[in-house]
Order: sequence, then C-alpha cells, then structure tokens
Amino acid sequence: MMTMTVWQSIIIIAIVSLTTIFTRFAMFILFPESKIPPKFVRYLGDVLPPAITGMLVVYSLKDVTPFSGNHGAPEAIAVLVMVLFYRWRHNSLLAIFVGTILYMALVQTVFA
Amino acid sequence: MVVGQGARLKAFRFVFARTLPICISFMFTGMSYGLLMYSKGFPFVYPALMAATIFAGSMEFVLVDLLVSAFNPFAALILTLMVNGRHFFYGLSMLGPYRNMGWKKPFLIFWMCDETFAINSSMRVPEGIDRGWAYLWVSLLDYCYWVGGAMLGWLIGGILPFSTKGVGFAMVAMFVSILLDQWKASPHTLRGHVPVLVGLVASVACLAVFGPQRFMLPALVAMLVVFQLLRPYLEKPHDKGLPAGVDTKPGDAGKTAADGTAETTKEVAR
Repeated sequence: MMTMTVWQSIIIIAIVSLTTIFTRFAMFILFPESKIPPKFVRYLGDVLPPAITGMLVVYSLKDVTPFSGNHGAPEAIAVLVMVLFYRWRHNSLLAIFVGTILYMALVQTVFA
Repeated sequence: MVVGQGARLKAFRFVFARTLPICISFMFTGMSYGLLMYSKGFPFVYPALMAATIFAGSMEFVLVDLLVSAFNPFAALILTLMVNGRHFFYGLSMLGPYRNMGWKKPFLIFWMCDETFAINSSMRVPEGIDRGWAYLWVSLLDYCYWVGGAMLGWLIGGILPFSTKGVGFAMVAMFVSILLDQWKASPHTLRGHVPVLVGLVASVACLAVFGPQRFMLPALVAMLVVFQLLRPYLEKPHDKGLPAGVDTKPGDAGKTAADGTAETTKEVAR
C-alpha cells in the first residue's frame, strides 16, 4: 500500500537514483583520464578486483545458516562439485550450469 | 576509434555466453522484485522506472520498504550511500580498464552493477576483439536482463508453471566460477593468491560481526587497510618502470603479468 503522494515517491526514487549514479561516477570524476592516478590507486586497481570477487562470493552466500536448518549443506555440496568439475573440465559456463542444476535438485528433493 | 559492424558482432559473440548465468538469475530476481511491487499495489511504471534509473538490485528491494513508509528524503540518501557505497571501490578498480572508452564510458559507469563489475574486471579480452565493445555488451545485456525481468515480474510473475526454487544459485555459481578463473589466472604463488584470500577472509569476518545486511562496506574498508599494510609485499616491483604505452593504461598491467589467460578466456567463450 502506498502511503506517499505520487510526487513524494518520485522524489524518493530520484534521490536513490541520483545517489546511486553518484557512487558509480565519483571515482572517475575524482581521477580523470587526463591525470595518471597516484600509485596507491593503481595498486588498488590491481589487488581489489580479485578481493571483491571473493567478497561477492560471500555476499551471494550471506543468507546461508551454518548453525541451523540444513547447515548450508546444499550450498557446500554444490560449490564443492563445481570446484571439482572446474578442475576437471576447465569450463566455467558448464561448471555454473552443473552447480545450479545440482543445487536446484538438492533443495527440491533431498533438502526439501 | 572507428569500429565496424564485424567487430561489434565479434565482441558480442565473445561475451554473450558469459552473461547467460546473469540472464537466468537477473530474470528470476528481477521477476520476484516486479512481483513484489505488484503485490504492494504499485502501478507497472514504478518497477520499470526504478529498475531503469537505479539499476542496483538490493537497493531497489530496500526502496520498496522506503516507499511504503513515511516520506524521508534524507534517510533515503544515507541508506543509498550505505548500500551502494561499494561502487566507490568498483570505480577505483575500473579506472584503468575503462580508460579511453570515449562515448561508451558514461554508459559503462552507469551500468556498473556487481555482476557487470565481476565480469568486466576479470575478463581477459584476447587480441582481435574490441575491448570497449566487449565491456559495453556485458553492461548493456545485464541492464536489459534486469529491467526486462522487473517488468516481466510485474506482468506475469506468480504464474510460472514449474518450480524455480534454488535457481538463484546461478548467481552464487557465477561468482564462484569467476573466482576460480581469477585463481587460475593469477601467478601460482602464495603472493599471487593473497588478494583473493584477503577478500574472502575480510568478508567472512565482517559478515560474522555486522550481519548479512551491513557487512560489505566494513569489509571493503578492512580490505583497504590490509592492502595498505601489505603494500610493500604485494605491489609489483616493476610497476614504476613500465614502458610508456603500458603506463598510460594502468588496467592493462595486470593483464600482461598473468600468463595462460588467453586459454582461460577461450574456454569460457565456448
């Protein structure tokens, strides 16, 4: 149920949209192409992407409950199988497919 | 740089398969978001407009709650900075790769969501494929998946004929596969794997301390501190003496250092 007027909700959406755009553009404005960024920033550009990938893996698994429910077993099994499959076939897309199908099967049958 | 239709198509072919996991998970997450908006009584234009102008999934879900509570623009601003502050770090990482992208650059930045960042920051584009177009296709495709999913969810959500329980794992699987790709592409020494390990450990620690809703910004700040401390150990010693051509494109420095990456990209493209 909407409690705001249409204009109020448009203002809120605009604020969220513009703030999000700001968070994305800020660094590119702070370090324009005409200047070579400081060495520390370039160093971060090298080490941050892999670290952030690690963070996104954790983020995508953040709602797993290791101490209750099924203790994250379906997630652990699917990720483990993915890693083994990846080592065997070296094919990312197929590994994603295998992991997802396996996970869906697990949560719809064994861990339903 | 003038690029023919052939180069655009080639870049599209190179990236399309990579975006498929995102297509699946964005379609379903986007649809559940559209369906939520429908069930809260919002007209169609709301999810469509929000998906198109904000394009940050978690923030859009938060915004649903904001819109049904009292009018508070300042809270909306602060909350957005907290949820999307991680984009500062994405921007920092993409300064190099997104350099010299001309007219494409504002689009690449506007469309820089978690998933697009994960792909574009890890993608090794082989010689002969236009890097700018590869980045742009990933960004545009992901954007279309999300906006399309949100609109579809409002229109037809809730009438899917089969159980989709667990399909969201496609997103987990994609991040894991990118992690595996990066692990393989980085030098096979402890030092080469330190950045990934720092990211994992900092995130798990912050998740334990701050909980699932609030852990990403603290984790990123923790990484910044750890990387500052490890800088003498991790920073590439040859960074100072790079050839002029490489020096103007800092993002490429990592690319030349990682060997065996062309092979990785080929396999993903299949």
